[in-house]
Amino acid sequence: MNDPGVYGANGHRYPGRLFIVEGIDGSGKSTQLTLLAQWLRSEGYPVVFSEWNSSSIVKATTSRGKRRKILTPLTFSLIHATDFSDRVEREIVPSLKAGAVVLADRYVYTAFARDVVRGVDPAWVRSLYRFAAIPTRAFYFRVPLETALKRILSGRPKLKWYEAGMDLGLSADLQESYRQFQSRLLIEYETLVQEYGLLVMDATRPVEAQQRLLREAIRPHLEGVRERSTLEPV
Amino acid sequence: MSLSDPHGIRIPGVDPAELNGWLIVIEGTDGVGRTTHVNLLRTHLERQGYAVAETGLSRSDLASGGIRRAKQGNTLGSNAYNLFYATDFADRLERQILPALRSGFVMLTDRYIYSLIARAIVRGADPDWIKKVYSFSLKPDAVFYLRIEVPQLVPRVLSNGGFDYWESGMDLPMGEDLYESFIHYQRRVIEELDALARENRFETIDAGLPVDRIAAFLAERVTQVLDARRAPLDEAAPRS
Repeated sequence: MNDPGVYGANGHRYPGRLFIVEGIDGSGKSTQLTLLAQWLRSEGYPVVFSEWNSSSIVKATTSRGKRRKILTPLTFSLIHATDFSDRVEREIVPSLKAGAVVLADRYVYTAFARDVVRGVDPAWVRSLYRFAAIPTRAFYFRVPLETALKRILSGRPKLKWYEAGMDLGLSADLQESYRQFQSRLLIEYETLVQEYGLLVMDATRPVEAQQRLLREAIRPHLEGVRERSTLEPV
Repeated sequence: MSLSDPHGIRIPGVDPAELNGWLIVIEGTDGVGRTTHVNLLRTHLERQGYAVAETGLSRSDLASGGIRRAKQGNTLGSNAYNLFYATDFADRLERQILPALRSGFVMLTDRYIYSLIARAIVRGADPDWIKKVYSFSLKPDAVFYLRIEVPQLVPRVLSNGGFDYWESGMDLPMGEDLYESFIHYQRRVIEELDALARENRFETIDAGLPVDRIAAFLAERVTQVLDARRAPLDEAAPRS
């Protein structure tokens, strides 16, 4: 973490706060983040939401690559970093400078987990995301594979090719591939919990119990946020 | 052929040992005559019996359309552009350059990672970071750098349709108008290319020389590079 050449070397010094959630599909992280956003807004905090893979300009290219199945581990990694970089520059950092509470559904750790499972060099991908602002707090929603699979697969969804990790050639069956891909991601996430000190949430607990813990965990970091975000001449 | 040193990383699924073609790069700033020389060199090599393929910046199947759309609106973050170009490069590396090298082609590349690195640095990227980003690239068999001074560049650009917004660095605070900005931006790009040329031992060619002299030099030097690593005839002959 002390290497200036990789992500995580320097915390951000902006007046805002950045909270991010991580976890595999079906961990319930998005539900928790949505509830958190509602609560923060009702408390009067200026909240900005940023989602993984959502830069309007880059997304068209990502979708094209996925639809035509031409993304390799390397280009999959780079196009997601491009998307993320655009959001950092045009969404996350300006909002933090303006003193907002920024909530991100998935962050660099998603790339670290997915890209490394796809065979990309771990040190290289950590260097790639060096420009990312460091979160005030990062939460990892830990869930057993079977629980997450039950939540995702019970709706009989149409799993997408890359979502199921079909490009890894783990299995010709979409659901089986998805299962194996997710189980590898879980292993990678545990490494990241250690490496970056992600705060682990027990995602098997009732939704409202998790939400209570989440609010308690971020409350101490909200001190002074509203004052700073009131409009003042620069 | 080797993965670029010293920080080279392996590309998933690529075995450097199976690459038996040649990667020849023509570098240089905008309007210096690269395209002319790539075309002349191609003709020359094909006449000698080599199979030749070509690529150049933002010609990828994956990202060229996206980059074009982003530039039209000028609405992408500056660092995101750097990474969009890296995506474009990676797609071309994996889907144009590597297949050509596996098939024993001479891959002529109209600009490589060096122009991309130079432009990113001029736009504020950390030099160590952007070089690390491109550490998955292949080390070329030869890089020929068509070098020019800005005052010589201006008349060429004027006779080729005038100053381009991006080639003048108008997205940067570099000057009041296209001309001023062009001068400052190109000077900085050339400085960075010069530094990369020293670091990576490019063969530098004075782009102010007559076209036929440069073409003759390139033809001779590329032939030497190909000869240095051509399969011996007895090995290449069909076996009974």
